[in-house]
Amino acid sequence: MPINETIAQYSDWAFESAFAIYVLAFVLLIAQYATARANEVQAREARELVAAGGVTAPAAPSVPGKVVEAPRKPWSERLGNMALSLLVVGVALHIGSIVLRGFATERFPLGNMYEFVTMATAAAMLIGLVLLRKQTYRSLWVFVLVVVIPLMFLAATVLYADAAPVVPALRSYWLPIHVTIVATGSGIFLVSGVASLMFLLRMRQPKGEEGDGFWGKVAERLPDAQTLDRLAYKTTIIAFPLFGAGVILGAIWAEAAWGRFWGWDPKETVSFIAWVIYAAYLHARATSGWRDTRAAWINIAGFVAMLFNLFIINMVVSGLHSYAGLN
Amino acid sequence: MTVTEDRPASTPPRRQSLAGRGVALVRNTWRGLTSMRTALVLLFLLAFAAIPGALLPQRSLNAGKVDEYIANRPTLGPLMDKLELFDVFGSFWFTAVYALLFISLVGCITPRCWEHYKALRTKPVAAPRNLARLPHHTEVTVADEPEAVAALVRGQLRGWRTVTRTGDELRAGKPGEVTVSAEKGYLREAGNLLFHLSLVGLLAAIAIGKLMSYEGNVVVIADGGPGFCTTSPAAFDGFRAGYSEDGTGLTPLCVKVKDFKADYLDNGQAEMFTSNIEYQAGDDLANNTWREERLQVNHPLRVAGDRVYLQGHGYAPTFTVTFPNGETRTETLQWRPDDATTFLSSGAMRFDPPGGMYPDSTERRKNQIGIEGLFAPTALFHGNLLASSYPAMTDPAVAIDIYKGDTGLDTGNPQSLFSLSKELVNQGRMAKQDRVNLRPGESATLADGTKVQFDGAKEFVNLQVSHDPAQQWVLVFAISMMAGLLVSLLIKRRRIWVRVYPADPDADTVSDTLDPHRRRTVVELGGLARTDQAGWGDEFDRLSSRLLADLNTKITSENRA
Repeated sequence: MPINETIAQYSDWAFESAFAIYVLAFVLLIAQYATARANEVQAREARELVAAGGVTAPAAPSVPGKVVEAPRKPWSERLGNMALSLLVVGVALHIGSIVLRGFATERFPLGNMYEFVTMATAAAMLIGLVLLRKQTYRSLWVFVLVVVIPLMFLAATVLYADAAPVVPALRSYWLPIHVTIVATGSGIFLVSGVASLMFLLRMRQPKGEEGDGFWGKVAERLPDAQTLDRLAYKTTIIAFPLFGAGVILGAIWAEAAWGRFWGWDPKETVSFIAWVIYAAYLHARATSGWRDTRAAWINIAGFVAMLFNLFIINMVVSGLHSYAGLN
Repeated sequence: MTVTEDRPASTPPRRQSLAGRGVALVRNTWRGLTSMRTALVLLFLLAFAAIPGALLPQRSLNAGKVDEYIANRPTLGPLMDKLELFDVFGSFWFTAVYALLFISLVGCITPRCWEHYKALRTKPVAAPRNLARLPHHTEVTVADEPEAVAALVRGQLRGWRTVTRTGDELRAGKPGEVTVSAEKGYLREAGNLLFHLSLVGLLAAIAIGKLMSYEGNVVVIADGGPGFCTTSPAAFDGFRAGYSEDGTGLTPLCVKVKDFKADYLDNGQAEMFTSNIEYQAGDDLANNTWREERLQVNHPLRVAGDRVYLQGHGYAPTFTVTFPNGETRTETLQWRPDDATTFLSSGAMRFDPPGGMYPDSTERRKNQIGIEGLFAPTALFHGNLLASSYPAMTDPAVAIDIYKGDTGLDTGNPQSLFSLSKELVNQGRMAKQDRVNLRPGESATLADGTKVQFDGAKEFVNLQVSHDPAQQWVLVFAISMMAGLLVSLLIKRRRIWVRVYPADPDADTVSDTLDPHRRRTVVELGGLARTDQAGWGDEFDRLSSRLLADLNTKITSENRA
C-alpha cells in the first residue's frame, strides 16, 4: 500500500499547528489566571472603600439621550475567551491531523503509539470542550493543558513514527472499533484525573480559606470542591463503561487474531488493573469514610495505571501489543 | 456491595456460651467479609497482585524467558519461582484474593437481590412531614379540590410507581390532606445486581472453559501433503489442555494445507499471510468430503465448535542425500525462523543410511548423516557468512555443516528438532565432514562419496486448534455485565412527593367571596435523588412545571430548587 507523502506532510503540519495553538492558548489561560486574581483584589479594594464611606459609586445616568458605554469586559475574561476560541481551532486542527493521517496511509490512523496518543489527547480536548464550556470550569483548562501539551510533545518527539502501513494482525475492522474506544476512554480518564487532582488541592485549600502560598493562589480560582468532585465522577462514569467495552471488544478481537480471548498479555493485565482500580473508585464513592479524599486518590491511581499501560508497557515490557512503531 | 456501614452496636454484655461465641465469630467474620470496606481492600489487593504478572516474565507467555530470568538470578530466582511469581494468574495467592472477592461479592449481592425484590413489592414511602426540607421543593396554591388535584398529579406521573394516601393512612396530616408518593429508577439497582451477578457468571464460564478447553499447535508443510487429524494429542507438536481433558475426547477434525502465501512490502514488512486449506469435520469425515477454506490472520476457521488459526509460518528446506550405493533419501523439515524480519532460519536434519548398506544396525547407526545450519530466503553473503536480506523466498541459500556418525536418534534421549546434539559431537560420535554454502540444485560430496544436495525450500504454517466450549458464555456474561453497568450508572433512583391540602380559609378570603363554589388548595412538591448522582434538578423542574401548567394556575411561591 503506497503512502501519500504529501498528505502525511499535511497531517504533520496540522499536528504541529494544533500543538502551537494549544501552547498559545495555554499562555493566554495562564495570563487569565493571573489577571483574574488581580481583578478580585481590585474589586475587594473598591468594596472596602465604599464600606469605609469613601467615594460612592456614581449613580446610573437617568438622562435620556446619553449613551452609556457598556462596561468593558475585564481583561481576564477577554483573555479566557480568546484562549477558548483558540482551543476550538486547535482541536479542529488536531482532529484534522488524525483524519489526514488516515488518508495518507489509507487505513484507520491508530496503528502506532504516536497515533494512539494523538487520538487520546484529541478525545480529552474534545470532552473538555463539551464539559468545561461553562465559566465555572474554565480555570480547569490550564490543568488539562498541563497534561495534554507534554503528552503531545512526547508523541511528536519520542513516539513519532512515520506514516506507514500496519502489520497483518492489525488489518481488521476491529482496529478502529477497539482502539478508538480505548483511546477515547483514556482521554476522558485524563480529564477525570485532572479534576480529582484539583479536587485534592481544593480540599487542602478550601474556598475562602486559601493560604498565601503558591498553591493557595492557584486554588483561589478553582471551582469549589463539590463541583470538582462531581466533574471527576461524571467523567469517570462515562469513561469506565467505555474503557470496559473497549477491553471486551479487544478480547473479541484477540479471540480472532491470537486464538484466545484473554491471555494475560502485559497490556491486558494492566488494563485489568486499571479497570479494577476504577471499579474501586466507584465503590469508594459509596463507602462512608472513603468518599472524598481517598476516592480522589484512587481515581488518580487509576489514571497512573493508564499512563503506565501506555508508556511503560509499550516501551519497556514486550508483549503481543507491541505495535508502538519504535525501533 | 453493601452500601451501609453503620451496624447497630452489639447488645450482649453478658457472657455467651462457647457455641454462642462461635456463632458470633462466624457471623462477624461473614459480616466483615461482605462489607464494602473489605470489598474495597480486596479490589486493591487484586489490582496489586496482578502487577507482577505484567512486569515479570510469565511461564504461560514465554517459558524460555522465565528460565533465562531465573538463571540470571541464582539465589533470588528460585525463591521467586517458589512464590509462584512466574505463574501469577494461577498462583495460590492470586486465587485466594479473587476467591475471597467473589465470596464477598456473593455474600453482599444475595441479600441485596432479596431486598430489591421486596422493594419492588412495597409501596413508595409516605411523604416526609416537611417537604420544604428536601433538596427540590415547590409550593403553589390552586383553585381545585385536593382529590381532583391528586388524581391529576398521579395521571401526570406515568411511568412512576405511585401511591395516593388519604385520611387514615396518614399518621398526622392536615385535615382533608391527600399525598401522592412516587418513585422511579428501580432499574438502577436491578442493573447493579445484574452487573455483579454477571461477574460471577463470567468467572464461572471462564473456570469451566479452563477445565474443558484445549489448544494444540502443529506445523504443517504447505504443499498439499497429508496434513493432520486431531486424533490424539500426539498429532500436535504442542498441546495444552484443561484439567478435565485427558486427550481422548478431541473434536474430530482433519486439515490439509494446500498453500501459503505471504505478502510483503518492499521494506520487508509483512502485509498479509494467507493459506488455503481443506478440512473435514462432522459427517464429512464419514463420507470423505473435503471443504475448502482460506485462513488468514484475523480470519480463523470456525468449525464444529472449534477454531483453527494460522499462527505462524516459516521455511522448510529440502535436502537429498545420495549414498555411495546410489540410493537416495529426500527430506523436507521445518527450520526455526530466528529473525522475525528477514526469516533467517536455523535447523537440522538427520538421515539414516538405507538398509542393507551396512552389515548390522550398529554399523548403520554409526554412519548416519547429520546436517545443521542456516537458511536464508533471500541470501546475502558477507564473504562466506550467510545472512538474509528479505523475508520472501527470492534467492534462497543454506550454509550448513555436514556431519557423519551417530546422530543419536536411537539413543532414546530427547533432542532439539532444530540442532544436532552437541554432546554427541563433543564425544566424537559424530564428526564434521564439510562446511558449505549451497544454492538450490548445488551439492557437496563427502570423502566417502555421499552427496548432499540442497533442493530448495517449501513454506510451512503453524496451525493452532482451539477448543473452548464455554467461550460464548463468557461473551454473554460480558455483554450482560456491560448492560447492567450502563443501566446502573445512567439511571437515577428518585422520589417525588406531592402533598395537597385545603388552604387555610382565613388566610384567603378574597377568592372565596368571589367564587364560593371553589375552594383554594395548596399543592406542595418535594423531590429527592436517592443516589449520589449529581444534577437531578432539571428533571424535577421540568416535571413540576408540567404538573403545575396542567393545574392551570400561577405559581405563587418561588421554586426553591
